[in-house]
Amino acid sequence: METNEAGLIARILAGEKELFHELIRPFERMVYLTLISVLKNETEAEDAAQETVISAYRHLAAFRGDAKFSTWLTSIAINEGRKRLRKAKGAAEESIEEQEEGHEGDFTPAPLTDWREIPLEALERKELREALRSAVAELPDIYRQVFILRDLDALNIEETAQALGINPGAVKVRLHRARMMLQKRLVPFLKTTAPPRRVFFGRAL
Amino acid sequence: MNLDCKHVWEHISEYLDGTVDAKLREDIELHLEHCEICSAILDSTRNILILTADDRTFELPVGYSKRLHERLKEEIEKSKQEPRVGEPE
Repeated sequence: METNEAGLIARILAGEKELFHELIRPFERMVYLTLISVLKNETEAEDAAQETVISAYRHLAAFRGDAKFSTWLTSIAINEGRKRLRKAKGAAEESIEEQEEGHEGDFTPAPLTDWREIPLEALERKELREALRSAVAELPDIYRQVFILRDLDALNIEETAQALGINPGAVKVRLHRARMMLQKRLVPFLKTTAPPRRVFFGRAL
Repeated sequence: MNLDCKHVWEHISEYLDGTVDAKLREDIELHLEHCEICSAILDSTRNILILTADDRTFELPVGYSKRLHERLKEEIEKSKQEPRVGEPE
């Protein structure tokens, strides 16, 4: 844990309560994105993000310094999100947390030959961002959650596993599949937006 | 060892994360030198991750931070009636 973070926490617990604003600031974005990955609704995610932060404030004394503060906070966010899902979907859907990746499905990437040379300017395209947003939103829940924690919130494999209550092996499998699904989804889009490029070596693929 | 494309695809994610072992990394890199298809797949996947991590791709709702801190401020004020934060409720 960052020394500064540990110092802030100690001071907050000792009575400088306003410092919690400062403690939470670097993680605001992470909390929101975590919740959007679970709830898929902006208003709900914002509301749940507020609850998460309040809950972290109230239970700060229960935070043990052996975990990272970000991981602890993410776990609270995941629990808050899942609680809301259960409430919304009713008791019928108790299996939310027990979803598992099946072995069916095609998780191979899509071949492309015309994007490779134009990476950075392609990334500036607004349409590409939009396409990526929709593609992420449409990922199956278990893949989207892992992808967001790992590739947006920048948690590592272990932390992602801990926050979601699954094993690190499952995180790796889901992450790989999520990334391949996104690659596949975005390739047709990239092909249409990429500037025309000569085919080298007469290779069609 | 000569890897085939499919084998490389199975390890793209771990390769990007730098978690494949040295031998496999070497084999993958050898394959990439000669395979335009796999190189393009790798680059496109890497670029998707760069784009994902860019703050402009996934934006927060306007006013999110302000509302969050207002709510927190209320909570902190309320808790000042109590002796310490973080005690079990």
